[in-house]
Amino acid sequence: MSQAPAIELVGIDKKFGAVHANKNINLAVAKGSIHGIIGENGAGKSTLMSILYGFYHADSGEIRVGGTPVTIRDSQAAINAGIGMVHQHFMLVENFTVLENLVLGAEGGMLLAGGVARARAELKRLAKDYGLEVDPDAVIEELPVGLQQRVEILKAMYRGAEILILDEPTGVLTPAEADHLFRILGVLRDQGKTVILITHKLREIMAITDTVSVMRRGEMVATRKTAETTVEELAELMVGRRVLLRVEKGEAKPGAVVLSVRNLTVKDGRGVTMVDNVSFDVRAGEIVGIAGVAGNGQSELLEAISGIRMPASGEILIDGEPIGKADPARLRDLGLAHIPEDRHHMGLVLRFEEYENAILGYHRDPKYGGLFLDLDAIRKDAIEKIEKYDIRPPNPRLRTANFSGGNQQKIVVAREIERDPKLLLIGQPTRGVDIGAIEFIHRRIIDMRDAGKAQLLVSVELDEIRALSDRILVMFAGQIVGEKTADAGEQTLGLMMAGIAA
Amino acid sequence: MDFFDILVSILGSTIRLSVPLVFTALAGLFSERAGVFDIGLEGKMLAAAFSAACVAYITASPWLGLVAGIGVSVAFSLLHGFASITNRGNQIVSGVAINFVVAGLTIVLGQAWFGQGGRTPQLLPQGRFSPIILPGVEALRGIPVIGPLYANVISGNNILTYMAFLAVPISWWILYRTRFGLRLRAVGENPGAVDTAGISVTWLRYRAVICAGILCGFSGTYLAVAQSAAFIKDMSAGKGYIALAALIFAKWKPVPVMFACLLFGFLDAFANFMQGKSVPLIGEVPVQIFQALPYVLTCILLAGFIGVANPPKAGGVPYTKER
Amino acid sequence: MNTASLPLPGWITFGLIPLINLVLAFFFSGLVVWFIGENPFDALALMLEGALGSGEGIGFTLYFATNFIFTGLSVAVAIHAGLFNIGSEGQAYVGGLGAALVALSLDHYVPWYVTMPFAILGAALFGAGWAFIPAFLQAKRGSHIVITTIMFNFIGAALMVYLLVNVLIVPGKMAPETRTFLEGGQLPKLDWLMALFGLKLGPAPFNVSFLVALVMCVVVWALIWRTKLGYEMRTLGVSPSAAVYAGIPYARTVIIAMLISGGLAGMMALNPVLGSSGRLQVEFVGGAGFVGIAVSLMGRNHPAGIILAAILFGILYQGGDWVSFEMPNITREMIVVIQGLVILFAGALEYMARPALARLYYSMARKA
Repeated sequence: MSQAPAIELVGIDKKFGAVHANKNINLAVAKGSIHGIIGENGAGKSTLMSILYGFYHADSGEIRVGGTPVTIRDSQAAINAGIGMVHQHFMLVENFTVLENLVLGAEGGMLLAGGVARARAELKRLAKDYGLEVDPDAVIEELPVGLQQRVEILKAMYRGAEILILDEPTGVLTPAEADHLFRILGVLRDQGKTVILITHKLREIMAITDTVSVMRRGEMVATRKTAETTVEELAELMVGRRVLLRVEKGEAKPGAVVLSVRNLTVKDGRGVTMVDNVSFDVRAGEIVGIAGVAGNGQSELLEAISGIRMPASGEILIDGEPIGKADPARLRDLGLAHIPEDRHHMGLVLRFEEYENAILGYHRDPKYGGLFLDLDAIRKDAIEKIEKYDIRPPNPRLRTANFSGGNQQKIVVAREIERDPKLLLIGQPTRGVDIGAIEFIHRRIIDMRDAGKAQLLVSVELDEIRALSDRILVMFAGQIVGEKTADAGEQTLGLMMAGIAA
Repeated sequence: MDFFDILVSILGSTIRLSVPLVFTALAGLFSERAGVFDIGLEGKMLAAAFSAACVAYITASPWLGLVAGIGVSVAFSLLHGFASITNRGNQIVSGVAINFVVAGLTIVLGQAWFGQGGRTPQLLPQGRFSPIILPGVEALRGIPVIGPLYANVISGNNILTYMAFLAVPISWWILYRTRFGLRLRAVGENPGAVDTAGISVTWLRYRAVICAGILCGFSGTYLAVAQSAAFIKDMSAGKGYIALAALIFAKWKPVPVMFACLLFGFLDAFANFMQGKSVPLIGEVPVQIFQALPYVLTCILLAGFIGVANPPKAGGVPYTKER
Repeated sequence: MNTASLPLPGWITFGLIPLINLVLAFFFSGLVVWFIGENPFDALALMLEGALGSGEGIGFTLYFATNFIFTGLSVAVAIHAGLFNIGSEGQAYVGGLGAALVALSLDHYVPWYVTMPFAILGAALFGAGWAFIPAFLQAKRGSHIVITTIMFNFIGAALMVYLLVNVLIVPGKMAPETRTFLEGGQLPKLDWLMALFGLKLGPAPFNVSFLVALVMCVVVWALIWRTKLGYEMRTLGVSPSAAVYAGIPYARTVIIAMLISGGLAGMMALNPVLGSSGRLQVEFVGGAGFVGIAVSLMGRNHPAGIILAAILFGILYQGGDWVSFEMPNITREMIVVIQGLVILFAGALEYMARPALARLYYSMARKA
């Protein structure tokens, strides 16, 4: 008799109101393997894992651990069943030490002293066995992200997890940290632990997993041996049809330099250097793409150029003029428009009605009134954009939260592009956007280029960067490590993004 | 009276005035370190004072008064918990509501029961906590400095005073040396970490507000059954807010809380002493300056001029599991 | 997530739920009344009779409501900018100083209608001034505005007592209050308005401030929903990160919103100081600033809702006085209890009824 799967999900079903997040999911994960679960954002991966970890309760279905059916009522039950989870947003107490975080919830008695001493010894053993070294007395907020994640893994191990779930673990890691993580996962597997890796990055799946399951719109559509599948097949399974990320476009006709970035250094809120002495130009009539793994400084770069974040040093020039300490409002006056990476927190106020968002950032424009808002002009303007960009439902009085992701993004894109800026900053233009809207938005971006606008594009989707850009700058660990033309191979760019080749 | 006698007398009343502040600020400490803001400290203290006075009057036992004070104060804590933990209501609003309800209810019930305009009847000596003379007072009497200090500042206080200052190390020990304390501090910083560790955020926060209720019970009882001999309307007179200021001034740490309370108690005692007295060159210093000083100092602290006061990160935010 | 968190139609959210909360608050108030041996229904009848049964009663009710409209608007403006100003109490208190100084210096020379605009300005400036430091600390130093405004309530109270006892007091008198203003410093009563409805105002201090309050409701409505400043405040209030993106200056918007909020709180002083007592007295605000929190919450931070909620609290205050007069067993402080219960149920326990209602609504919808 072959060994029972470490985890088996049978007919898991979960609805959130009208949203069918998980439809009749069946999954078996073999013991001592690394099992990848891949799917686009919103495919239902995180919901499924939250059910497994007791955060949500399935409407129906069964969970079996090692062949025995279990009821996972809460996280405690999951821990008792030997399941550990590393969340995308770390569940650590930032002003606690590593040890304190380790023992939280597993103190082993009313008093701390004994538990902490035991944890210290156990930590030494874990460090030796799995290569998970970390200073037990360091305070979490002073540790780099990679080490914080290691603490999360240690927490699970300390609780005796046999099955470790990692939710998008590399999103916040540098490539070197990600590599280290993969080595650790390999060691865990070799020691007989079972690892479930949730990601939307195909490369990671191919690099580390033994088996991969693909989710699409709440359904588990396929399970493959990693060795027997290809990136192309998985991509197709993920999106449901062959993606043609080729956008028809002619040759670029670059003109004068519009944006110049000179020796720019930007630090984040914690004082960590995120953009490190970066210089480049963007000319009129060209799209410059910034490729890179998320978290390598692209976000901070965009924030600095758009005036949201003050640079630590260096210069930004628009049309040869230094922008100095200009704020976002002043930069808009200078002809800069910005489609931000995060439309929910920056690009839109979700509680506002659609027409109120259609002027966000441009609300001081005299054409929308003086001291008072000229509501007639604003709504007329909003309706024009709704028609031109086919935003549905075509209702400027609807709350923005009630539009779909694609339509929300169109509200932002319409607002920024219709200003007819000379410089457009674009961050993750199609994140969480349906295929139809993707094609539409890509078309607009190309049209802008052909109209002679300068555009700087940041996207974690390499395909998107390659499809749209005329020139590609690769960012790694805050620096621009190289420049390639649009026809550069995926392989070459991938290596550069990983900081390996220049 | 020479300078030393004045000092001893001011220090003695500093201790007495600090006691309710210490209890109340520690109450706030438990609640706020768990992430539940509590501006209802004032109300809980007042409610405890009223019920302690009532029960001590009826039973002639200060201890039963204490039990009643704690019981009622905990009941209001549970109400605050029900609003802000279970129903995820606004914690500030809940605190304001409790302060109002108590301010009104103590007078309405007091008048209905005793008909003395909101006062409760005067307690007999056996219904109060009376001063305890510590051993050795007589023996040390002759020694200069130490003798009078021991007799008038250290000794001669009631049992609740000693309990207040004992509550400080106990609170410290609970917070930093026990499982409950670790979890309590964690839930005020990142409830998600607590939840994913398999601990109930709700139950943990309820236990924290119950601790706050118990401590407010002590402080209210002290006001009515130890410091005074009856409940007088509005007798907490803003002490709950001063305690809140002390808590912030002490950056939410138990031992500094005690020193902040002693400082604010000293200001109060000093103001009482200065009333009607004239200072050379300056003239009479208005008592309002001393009344406002704790708040002014706290604002200066909050402005970041005396170090940084970081409140517990998850403070004031009801916990909802992310979708 | 389950049925309980699904969206509900407006009539439930804005109509039924507040109503249920109010009923609950009154139910528990009734329990208290019953507990001390009186009949709650009689008390309710007396309350309504006292508050609405005569021209004088209505006059008093609207007089109290005027206070609450001002403080309610004050709280609401701050909330729209994402700020919880619980310092309206102190701002109103200090605002009284501004109003009184104007009245004291002008009442000899000019009639009331010349004094009034300056008094409004004085009250607003002093109220705004008292909000400025907490606003500045929040904007520039990140100090929690809830805490600083609490502190400033107490600092303001100490300041005002000092001024009244030591500076503004009439020499030779005991009471810590200013001299009584002459006619030029007192606002006329609105007997003509009451007469339009065939009512007699009697001694009730219902005065011109009420009209100022109504004007302020319109001004606040226009400010929040029709001006660019209001748009910026709302953006900041709902999404601080979107405000940064949109180039809305944080510090400036916070400070302006708090100045307006403080100014509105300060204007409240007009009503009791110039409209009723004709002099500045200790503790004349009497908790109206805190009632403003309840009024704003119940009125969903909208001027129209605030007027309704303010009148409700006006009924409570005036009716409560009447009840305590007629039923000596129930003291005037019963008002404070009811007020607290309304804040509790309409504010802190706002969402208590929601899950049950949502389940009920959706099970009915499914059957229908």
